[in-house]
Amino acid sequence: MNQHVTAETGDPVAVDPAAPQDVVRLVDLKRRFGATAALDGVSLTVKKGEILGIIGRSGAGKSTLIRCLNGLERPDSGEVFIEGREISRLSEHELQPLRRRIGMVFQHFNLLSAKTVEDNVALPLKIEGRPRAERMARAAELLQLVGLSEKAKAYPASLSGGQKQRVGIARALAARPALLLSDEATSALDPETTRSILALLKDINSRLGLTILLITHEMEVIRSIADRVAVIDAGRIVEEGAVWQVFADPKSEITRSLLGGIRPQLPPEIASRLAAGEGAETILRIDVAGEAARRPLLSELSASVPGAFRLVHGGIDHVQQQPVGTLFVAVPGADAAHLAAVIAFLEDRGARVEVLGHVAGPV
Amino acid sequence: MSPVLFELLLRSIWETVLMTGASGLISLVFGLPLGLALVATDRGGIAENLWVNRILGAIINGFRSVPFIILLVALIPLTRLIVGTSIGTWAAIVPLSIAATPYYARIAEVSLREVDHGLIEAARAMGGNRWTIIREVLVPEALPGIVAGFTVTLVTLVGASAMAGAIGAGGLGDLAIRYGYQRFETSVMVAVVVVLIVLVCGIQWIGDRLVARLDRRG
Repeated sequence: MNQHVTAETGDPVAVDPAAPQDVVRLVDLKRRFGATAALDGVSLTVKKGEILGIIGRSGAGKSTLIRCLNGLERPDSGEVFIEGREISRLSEHELQPLRRRIGMVFQHFNLLSAKTVEDNVALPLKIEGRPRAERMARAAELLQLVGLSEKAKAYPASLSGGQKQRVGIARALAARPALLLSDEATSALDPETTRSILALLKDINSRLGLTILLITHEMEVIRSIADRVAVIDAGRIVEEGAVWQVFADPKSEITRSLLGGIRPQLPPEIASRLAAGEGAETILRIDVAGEAARRPLLSELSASVPGAFRLVHGGIDHVQQQPVGTLFVAVPGADAAHLAAVIAFLEDRGARVEVLGHVAGPV
Repeated sequence: MSPVLFELLLRSIWETVLMTGASGLISLVFGLPLGLALVATDRGGIAENLWVNRILGAIINGFRSVPFIILLVALIPLTRLIVGTSIGTWAAIVPLSIAATPYYARIAEVSLREVDHGLIEAARAMGGNRWTIIREVLVPEALPGIVAGFTVTLVTLVGASAMAGAIGAGGLGDLAIRYGYQRFETSVMVAVVVVLIVLVCGIQWIGDRLVARLDRRG
């Protein structure tokens, strides 16, 4: 018989023939709610040990997508492979043992108020039917990992938001999952707590080699911990790639807009004065990333192409240890040949240059 | 108050406590699972089954819409079948339980429905089955409301048991009517009212204390 059999259960299962080493592989996932398509043909893979961030506005389909991965939501069509096993058509009963391989962290923590912190952390093991001594030992170990050992006997109501999420993370790790799903885990937290929770997730990822898939609407989260990012809009993945590359060269309008908050933008008082025709100064947008951003670009420019120019706004940022920069430069004069020389020089050095328009006088 | 009347008062207190306690316990044992069934079978519930939900709801509404004094009489054949007689304290426990069970089921339903859906989702995401969700999430999280609702049910039963005098069940209500009202024994009337106030306050106080201890929601 040409069927694969799992070691533990002996059940015949559909094994992903394409890429058995991928923790998650989604193929053309579709899900409609009435007239709206929450997922409209999503295909994605998550490799072992990586952090994939999925970003999108609210209503883009992120929540539906993440819930398809542990069967809390069922796709209308398409395939969901988790560790090589197709799960989208399994029964609720068949899904239960599989869900223990997948930890999930929630935006609103979802801790049980009637249980102590350690009992919350140990709950996945209780569901697995582990003996109490083992459960408590594992809970103690995990509470130490997330830095909350002294709160073991406390009830969730007495914890701060950041502490609650640490408990949520400890609970998600209790059954030693192969995959951690994070559903807007930091969206209800203040910026400082967000940073500490993200640092914890990154630490768990590198120490335990745990694969993490997170959804968020904040680019800052993606920038802090993701290796790769997928941008979802209206149920489709519109852009996907290494985080620094997407930051350096966003292809879609929605990505640019999501990046708006954390990438340099032309100040509005200049943007409002831009005109298409001629003016005293030409405003250029220069994007550099990787090698091009490591060079002394502006001093090279002034040495090679005579004539003054003025830095209006911008800077070099570091994403995944890669420099990613956006500079807004004003070039004086209406000399088309001079402008062309400036652009040619910059493009020759690996920068992307865009003429935004002209302004009447210095700003 | 004469010693005879005093003894009668003591016996009536015992009969009221017995009727309230026994029918309260029975309504808890049957009403809580019924409340769970109402929540579980409802739309979006952990065992969604709208037909079962509608039928259960209709039965509960049916029993709840019959005035207790009528239920008391209408259930006489059933009471005779279960207890062997239709007269006395134990006979009153049957209609009291049957009236209190759907009442308590609705109260328990409200508490169970208030459990945050995110908690149920979290338990499902951990690989929990329906039984796990009931045992680890629904009941423990709703417990303060379940206990508070049980307190309300007991107090209501104290009142309802007064009517059980109509089938010779005795109890404080019966004593107040027969001695306090019909024989103009004002002291009996006053004593019954005082005892009832103490009884109801006591039940409420214990219930409130229990809820305060159980409620960890902060």
